[in-house]
Amino acid sequence: MIQAVMVMSTQGKPRLLKFYSFQPPEKHQDLVRGVFQLLSARPDSVSNFIEADAIFGPGVKLVYKHLATLYFVFVFDSSENELAMLDLVQVFVETLDKCFKNVCELDVVFNFNKLHTILDEMILGGQVIETSSEQIMRSVEEIARLEKQSNTTSLIPKSISERFSR
Amino acid sequence: MEQLRTIGRELAMGSQGGWGQSKEFLDLVKSIGEARSKAEEDRIISRELEHLKRRLADPDVQRRKMKELLLRLVYAEMLGHDASFGHIHAVKMTHDESLPLKRTGYLAVALFLDERHDLVILVVNTIQKDLRSDNYLIVCAALTAACRLIGEEAIPAVLPQVVELLAHPKEAVRKKAVMALHRFYQRSPSSVSHLVSNFRKRLCDNDPGVMGATLFPLYDLILEDPNSYKDLVVSFVNILKQVAERRLPTSYDYHQMPAPFIQIKLLKILAVLGSGDKQASGHMYTVLGDIFRKGDTASNIGNAILYECICCISSIFPNPKMLDAAAETTSKFLKSDSHNLKYMGIDALGRLIKINPDIAEEHQLLVIDCLEDPDDTLKRKTFELLYKMTKSTNVEVIVDRMIEYMINITDHHYKTEIASRCVELAEQFAPSNQWFIQTMNKVFEHAGDLVNIRVAHNLMRLIAEGFGEEDEGADSQLRSSAVDSYLRIVGEPKLPSSFLQIICWVLGEYGTADGKYSASYIVGKLYDVAEGHPTDDTVRAYAISAILKIFAFEIALGRKMDMLPECQSLLDELSASHSTDLQQRAYELQALLGLDKQAVESVMPSDASCEDIEIDRNLSFLNGYVQQAFENGAAPYIPESERSGAISVSNYRAQDQQETSAHALRFEAYELPKPSLPLAASQVSISTPNTDLVPVPEPSHYKEGNQMSRSQPSGDSLSGEFGVKLRLDGVNKKWGRPTYSSSSTPPSSTSSQQATNGGSGSEVGRSTSSQARESSYGSKRQQGTEVSAEKQRLAASLFGSSAAKADRRGQAGRKTAKESPSTEKVAIANATPQPAKEQVIPSAPPPDLLDLGEPVSSNPPSADPFTQLEGLLGPASASPVLSDAPASSTSKTPDLMSIFSDDVQTGVTGGTTEPSLGVNVVAAKKGPSLQDALQKDVAARQVGVTPTGNNPILFKDLLG
Repeated sequence: MIQAVMVMSTQGKPRLLKFYSFQPPEKHQDLVRGVFQLLSARPDSVSNFIEADAIFGPGVKLVYKHLATLYFVFVFDSSENELAMLDLVQVFVETLDKCFKNVCELDVVFNFNKLHTILDEMILGGQVIETSSEQIMRSVEEIARLEKQSNTTSLIPKSISERFSR
Repeated sequence: MEQLRTIGRELAMGSQGGWGQSKEFLDLVKSIGEARSKAEEDRIISRELEHLKRRLADPDVQRRKMKELLLRLVYAEMLGHDASFGHIHAVKMTHDESLPLKRTGYLAVALFLDERHDLVILVVNTIQKDLRSDNYLIVCAALTAACRLIGEEAIPAVLPQVVELLAHPKEAVRKKAVMALHRFYQRSPSSVSHLVSNFRKRLCDNDPGVMGATLFPLYDLILEDPNSYKDLVVSFVNILKQVAERRLPTSYDYHQMPAPFIQIKLLKILAVLGSGDKQASGHMYTVLGDIFRKGDTASNIGNAILYECICCISSIFPNPKMLDAAAETTSKFLKSDSHNLKYMGIDALGRLIKINPDIAEEHQLLVIDCLEDPDDTLKRKTFELLYKMTKSTNVEVIVDRMIEYMINITDHHYKTEIASRCVELAEQFAPSNQWFIQTMNKVFEHAGDLVNIRVAHNLMRLIAEGFGEEDEGADSQLRSSAVDSYLRIVGEPKLPSSFLQIICWVLGEYGTADGKYSASYIVGKLYDVAEGHPTDDTVRAYAISAILKIFAFEIALGRKMDMLPECQSLLDELSASHSTDLQQRAYELQALLGLDKQAVESVMPSDASCEDIEIDRNLSFLNGYVQQAFENGAAPYIPESERSGAISVSNYRAQDQQETSAHALRFEAYELPKPSLPLAASQVSISTPNTDLVPVPEPSHYKEGNQMSRSQPSGDSLSGEFGVKLRLDGVNKKWGRPTYSSSSTPPSSTSSQQATNGGSGSEVGRSTSSQARESSYGSKRQQGTEVSAEKQRLAASLFGSSAAKADRRGQAGRKTAKESPSTEKVAIANATPQPAKEQVIPSAPPPDLLDLGEPVSSNPPSADPFTQLEGLLGPASASPVLSDAPASSTSKTPDLMSIFSDDVQTGVTGGTTEPSLGVNVVAAKKGPSLQDALQKDVAARQVGVTPTGNNPILFKDLLG
């Protein structure tokens, strides 16, 4: 299963943390730091896999993608396929791109709740449930539409809900 | 930082007019981005958290505002700040009617809490309600939260609703319901075991997405018990076939690949089901062949499926045609330029060579390339492959490579792993003894502190026992080559502690065995080690024991050997060492020098480190003593579990305190300030007699700590002295280092005293002190039980934990336990043959000597042990009589407790106590450093089981 999804900046600042297997909150920053150290030590044009059993326990690997100023990291155990996980990162990034139109770090920073929504459509309980970015987008838009509707009924000014919608 | 400045700039320009968040949030992110230090960032966030705390608690805040506040809280927590004050607000928000707020609430709750959190109970009800909602989004949100938050106890509360949702019209809901059930299964398999049929049913769901989701729980179930699902093999193969033939809607395609994640999962399932099952595997070959044929090696996901196919083929019943296809694909992976594919290729190769080792041969060069690759991940994977490929023919190359790599990495975790692999391979396949020793030397030199200390012990064992099948000559050749290499290495700086321990032990045991090196040369080297590591007590202890052995062997051979002057000064220094262990060793060495040849031969027999020692597991030598105690009216021992009544710990604390204050000699201040002393004393005196018998181990540990802190134990009574030792055991269990096994100490030292005095001295001491105590007890409470407890305590103090052990047994099967103490003496005589009485005292301690690295408090710091003993006896018998009632009772209670704490210890450890006791006796003959290994060995021999450990092969080899 997938144990965690992390998005962090190339400075090591977490932008999104989602753990599917329980990690005590006080440990989160250590994990981020540990992963970042691994990532930053790696040269370009090497494989996208790292065996991370020193950080997460035996058999745990992580696959990462370095895009612009962000690292996208998926942490998973031996029941997943590394190459498939790499493509899942791709799905995630593609979806973000569709969602934000030329996604940049700022979008990720300010809309991390939307990222969570997207991830919830892709991964549930540590298992991949959807890999089509179109399908994910449809679900996310549907959620946004319905939220907007309920927003109007709950009398929240439209100017806010428009930007706020998820 | 640069990037964050850009953020700031863009914000200032307002080019995109914000991202839907309020200005405050933008400002927060901006100021964090511009923070120059971690401290500044922390300041900003704590200010923000203060602000949020105020706002969240404010009842007038608009609800829509609440959402944003909560998101800001999530943000702060993501950056590593404690936002626990807001958790309750997140929980509250899940109750909200409005969808965005509810979803935000669920999001925050799922991020903040986990199933064990106290607040989850408040969410369960909401989840329950929302699962019944008409709005499928709310249901989805609730299911997502349920996956995260529903723990084992809460499963029954939501299970019926989740099961109902399996038939929901929306496929997204069905999918999530399946996943939620899967999650419940992971949490607690029993809670959903009756629902397994639902998974099978959902496998036929109209929606391929739901079917795909069902594969996850099925995979887990099949891993657990493949045989119950063999009937599904055909269905799985059919599904895989349909998927591979693009029968699914194109919306499931990913990069022109039909539903790749479903294919991968199916292949994983088939791999499990087909493992070792020829019939099931037979169904799979066709579809696997199809997938290989259609395989798309251009795209990432295509390769993922191919790789999964290889895994499947290597797991199911082998088929030559399939294997060929797999090998071909593997070589494509290996030849690829992509590091990712090379990595997968190496992994695939590792799987295939299990079936056909020859496959690796044709890829040798590619593998070597991967080994040279700058990519660390690939390199490690390749080492893993090599590890699997190792045979006796290639072990030298592979291990040399591994060691070379090991030397250059800094990652401790991996270094440890690769070091242990080197050790394992070297032990399994070593072509020659010389090579083996050299390899181990290298491993220890560079990663000595990282490998398990047991490996070191095993190496020593190996050197001591030889390789088993070879003759004595080869063994001694092995030893002398070890001695040679160690003498070469020992001078090098910065050797790891465990390596030095090996060196010292080997030099001590075999340094002079072949007569190549003179004793004084070896002693000089050992002296250098001890001198060069003034802070490492363990190494020093090994060195001093090794010196002792050299001297012992020399004396046994009838050669006179003078102590080097610098060595003598080292001994003097160690005699006053803070470490009681070192002190004891130094005294023992000095004592040994004064013994005659015969005595030395018995104490330190040459090359006897492998000999077995008889162990009296039943401690029958105590039976007589126990019987005697019964005849004197002692009450039977009651195991702790059967005793009733718990007394407040503070009572005992007070007693301890009182006890310490009752003694006349004290050289240090109390460690802890203890208020209400008089009150405590009065409590003690009015407490019911029963209380004293109630086992409360903690206070005794506490007291022990107090006593340990005193450098001069001589001020204590005999009971106190022994009490210390006994409690040491309790402490060991409670807080001690894992290697700390002083349970063996008290029996040895006490028994040796017993032996040396011929039973007279300590016998007297025992009776006088017990009498004294009896009288003082009697004056207060006239309770037979206490008297017996008193005796038991003494027994415990004289025989160590063994007495308590016997007591326990006495309680269970008292009638059987009736043998005279002479048995015990015989047992001791076997192990430590006793020389002349007066001389023995110094020489008796060898067992302790060998208690490596364990603080032994028994040895007096700077006086003849014998006189010391006498000195101890005096106060013991005197103090209770002299002191008034409360004081005497208190002085006693800790001792009682010491029994109990010891009982507790023996009770808990059960059989292990005795082996360790035996080992101590064993240790009299053997080198110190083997203790761990021996302990294990002795235990194993007695139980008749080959010990298992992290590395069973180690033992397989060594035990033959």
